[in-house]
Amino acid sequence: MGERILDVKNLQIDFHTYAGEVKAIRNVSFHLDKGETLAIVGESGSGKSVTTKSLMGLLANNAKIVGGSIMYHGEDILKKSEKQMQNIRGKDIAMIFQDPMTSLDPTMKIGRQIAEPLMKHKNVEKKKALAQALEILKLVGIDHAEKRINEYPHQFSGGQRQRIVIAIALVCYPEILIADEPTTALDVTIQAQILDLMKELQQKIETSIIFITHDLGVVAGMADRVAVMYAGQIIEYGSVDEIFYNPQHPYTWGLLNSMPTLSSTDLEAIPGTPPDLLDPPKGDPFAARNPYAMKIDAEEKPPFFKVSDTHFASTWLLHPDAPKITPPDEIVRRQAIFAKMQANAN
Amino acid sequence: MPENRKKVLEVKHLKQYFGVGKPGMVKAVDDISFDIYEGEVFGLVGESGSGKTTAGRSIIHLYNPTDGQIIFNGKDVSSFKSKKDKLEFTRNMQMIFQDPQASLNPRMTVEDIIAEGIDVHHLAKDKADRRQKVEDLLETVGLNRDHASRYPHEFSGGQRQRIGIARALAVEPSFIIADEPISALDVSIQAQVVNLMKELQEQKGLTYLFIAHDLSMVKYISDRIGVLHFGRLLEVGPADDVYLKPLHDYTKSLISAVPEPDPEFERTRKRVPYDASIEQDKEGQPRKLREITPGHFVRCSEEEVSFYQERAASYEKKAPEVPNV
Ligand SMILES: Nc1ncnc2c1ncn2[C@@H]1O[C@H](COP(=O)(O)OP(=O)(O)OP(=O)(O)O)[C@@H](O)[C@H]1O
Ligand SMILES: Nc1ncnc2c1ncn2[C@@H]1O[C@H](COP(=O)(O)OP(=O)(O)OP(=O)(O)O)[C@@H](O)[C@H]1O
Ligand SMILES: [Mg+2]
Ligand SMILES: [Mg+2]
Repeated sequence: MGERILDVKNLQIDFHTYAGEVKAIRNVSFHLDKGETLAIVGESGSGKSVTTKSLMGLLANNAKIVGGSIMYHGEDILKKSEKQMQNIRGKDIAMIFQDPMTSLDPTMKIGRQIAEPLMKHKNVEKKKALAQALEILKLVGIDHAEKRINEYPHQFSGGQRQRIVIAIALVCYPEILIADEPTTALDVTIQAQILDLMKELQQKIETSIIFITHDLGVVAGMADRVAVMYAGQIIEYGSVDEIFYNPQHPYTWGLLNSMPTLSSTDLEAIPGTPPDLLDPPKGDPFAARNPYAMKIDAEEKPPFFKVSDTHFASTWLLHPDAPKITPPDEIVRRQAIFAKMQANAN
Repeated sequence: MPENRKKVLEVKHLKQYFGVGKPGMVKAVDDISFDIYEGEVFGLVGESGSGKTTAGRSIIHLYNPTDGQIIFNGKDVSSFKSKKDKLEFTRNMQMIFQDPQASLNPRMTVEDIIAEGIDVHHLAKDKADRRQKVEDLLETVGLNRDHASRYPHEFSGGQRQRIGIARALAVEPSFIIADEPISALDVSIQAQVVNLMKELQEQKGLTYLFIAHDLSMVKYISDRIGVLHFGRLLEVGPADDVYLKPLHDYTKSLISAVPEPDPEFERTRKRVPYDASIEQDKEGQPRKLREITPGHFVRCSEEEVSFYQERAASYEKKAPEVPNV
């Protein structure tokens, strides 16, 4: 992997609501290297979108950054003014938002919306920018692009709108691309096309990608590394093989267990709901839903235990004194594959 | 097989065109017919822009169909003219919308959003009963009671989707059109919501039209599946048949692209490319859905039937291919 281009340390973000302070991000640290794809997966509401929005300086008005730093090319993004961020946003760091409708302007032709970042950031003149917009529109798989470039967002289907949003994000060839559920609204064929496109772009210009999704199938095919979030924290991270074949945190187990495959006949949901972030639990946030929880899980937040040089997990189960437990069958099956991979590698 | 069960919904030659009479006319839904039986989950899959949402919106009468009929519980939906008939229809048939953000009024509290239908249909005895119903619904969909007084923007994407589901359930409908109800949810909640929808189906005899592109989830929840492409149904059949013994090339290609949570598998995956030109109509050989094996239909011409029969028979010889996960 290439040089480190982004380093997030101890990020803490609260939201002020009339019910109190929502402690949405609680001490999150991760890094991103040039040319790699980091997938962030995790429970709905666990803070994936908020974390990545903070990289863009796009937090809601009621957000408060309580602590931490986001170093990008040696400078802290959190200390930059809105004006400085405007120069970075959409040019060096681009984001594909989760909700396509809110990131498109309903009153503006889509061609113009795609061309705008080029005109604004790269001083490309309008005619040229529109020509490039047409090219990228074809790339993301919109048929009859010549005609449709002059249409408005409401004239497109959900998936088509999402591809337009993707086109806007890619048009400036950003150094970091943050993709928040970019293919959730897409069917599998178009999804495959878009994922291939992102990989291609990545090879061509060494874009680093932060990929947020709950589709573990997509993660398996896209990611170099994976970070798993729960209740405002990263609870496990490692290489894609380490997370899929040698997961350590019971929440990661639950995730892999609740994923339907074409051959599955029943779904193991993780029972219960995530904790209320107005008043987060002091121990392991997953304890209340964790069938393997121990007494200490309710009392003290587990530190990161090292599994390998690249793999860390925050669960007391990894403490040397923890009792030996047997994970769910599906996980045992996966760990057997990992053991085989390790043996082959040696 | 559901044939002896009651038909809840009959879609007959439904066409929904946009911009009729203008140069850019779009045939979003182009002559589709299918039935849904009581207590059944009918899954509608197809690529982006294939007309799934449009079909759903026509069925619930948000659009006036260009042509064709929607029969709901034996009655033509377009015949509902009186306020009473319309009200009863909107109570019995509900839709969970694809875009949770756009479908929730940002100025209303979650309680008022969910209770809108309860108010319209006078389903609550008093204020306390209304609040109680809302709180129960919030818990049903895996949110907290105290979320009732918050506003949509205070929620994550997945949480908003669950508010949409609670809103649809509030009026106790008998038929729900769920347009991508779970694609914005993370897997553990997806499993919860899908299991919840299945539970409601069993307990309350609900019937669903389940629109999605997540094929593994559609297969899991659906009894029967229809595959839509360019506004036309290409294949309809029991869920297992469509998945394990797909007849149409398009269905085969769709299934080959489903991502599996297995990095090794993904590194070596082979997708089956699809050549849409096989859908081009041939002079004098009209295509329509034709039954190849019991209950399993494919859109083809009379001449093509033997080809699909052979394809169906070939599955009987060799064991069906199941991804190695
Ligand atoms: N403007 C806001 N005001 C108050 N709370 C907020 C706000 N924005 C987000 N939150 C809360 O912060 C937490 C993290 O939200 P975030 O959108 O990052 O979740 P997510 O992991 O992206 O979830 P999803 O998978 O559902 O999109 C949630 O509990 C959410 O309710
Ligand atoms: N109001 C409208 N005016 C004109 N064209 C429309 C309108 N709504 C949809 N269309 C077109 O009709 C076709 C079908 O759209 P629809 O939204 O039904 O697709 P979908 O199958 O739901 O796709 P997705 O999976 O992306 O949501 C698309 O080509 C779309 O551009
Ligand atoms: Mg999000
Ligand atoms: Mg749709």
